[in-house]
Amino acid sequence: MDDSTLSLVLFSGTDDKLNAAAVLAAGAAAMGRKVNVFLQYWALDAFRKDRIREDHGLASEAGPEGEAAYRRHGGQHWSEIFRQAKEIGDVKIHACSLSMETFGLTLEDLDPLVDDQEGVASFFMDADGPVTFI
Amino acid sequence: MATVNIDRSIDARGMPCPGPLMSLIGAIREGEVGNVIEVLSSDEGSKTDIPAWVAKAGHELVEVVPEDGYTRFVVKKVR
Repeated sequence: MDDSTLSLVLFSGTDDKLNAAAVLAAGAAAMGRKVNVFLQYWALDAFRKDRIREDHGLASEAGPEGEAAYRRHGGQHWSEIFRQAKEIGDVKIHACSLSMETFGLTLEDLDPLVDDQEGVASFFMDADGPVTFI
Repeated sequence: MATVNIDRSIDARGMPCPGPLMSLIGAIREGEVGNVIEVLSSDEGSKTDIPAWVAKAGHELVEVVPEDGYTRFVVKKVR
């Protein structure tokens, strides 16, 4: 059984991609794997506490039909799935310090789901396996 | 078939993956060793995920019963 850390770099800030990432994080946490998440650019922007529950749209490949299917399916908000993942396992969510600077953000601006901000080398300190970029 | 006493029942029908599994994990964590928890799920992913998690976490899958449009999973908290 491979118990290596699941390392996710979240770049995209659309609700479908963040939902897919949250499901991966929850599944890995359920199966006892550590989860190490690094938020860059648009994903980081989506974790701003004043925007996290806003509509972040869907990836361009969704199209009208895909969007209708996604909306119809419903389910929990991705932030709620991340919250559950953190409750059941060792899930750390880090804000990329470069993206924080780019947007002029401090940790105060982010949802409490985000544990801290760190540089890319610190992220790789904890990434003891492959890194998935979403 | 022996009757199993259910200590807690969770109706997670209509909840998409990984909702039913997350609900089960929460109930197991809150429960006492020996408790039997039932989860009703209409999510297809639960059919593989719940048995996989129960095995990994070291609990007992008492039964898996296909019902009309959903599946009933009965799990015993072992540790």
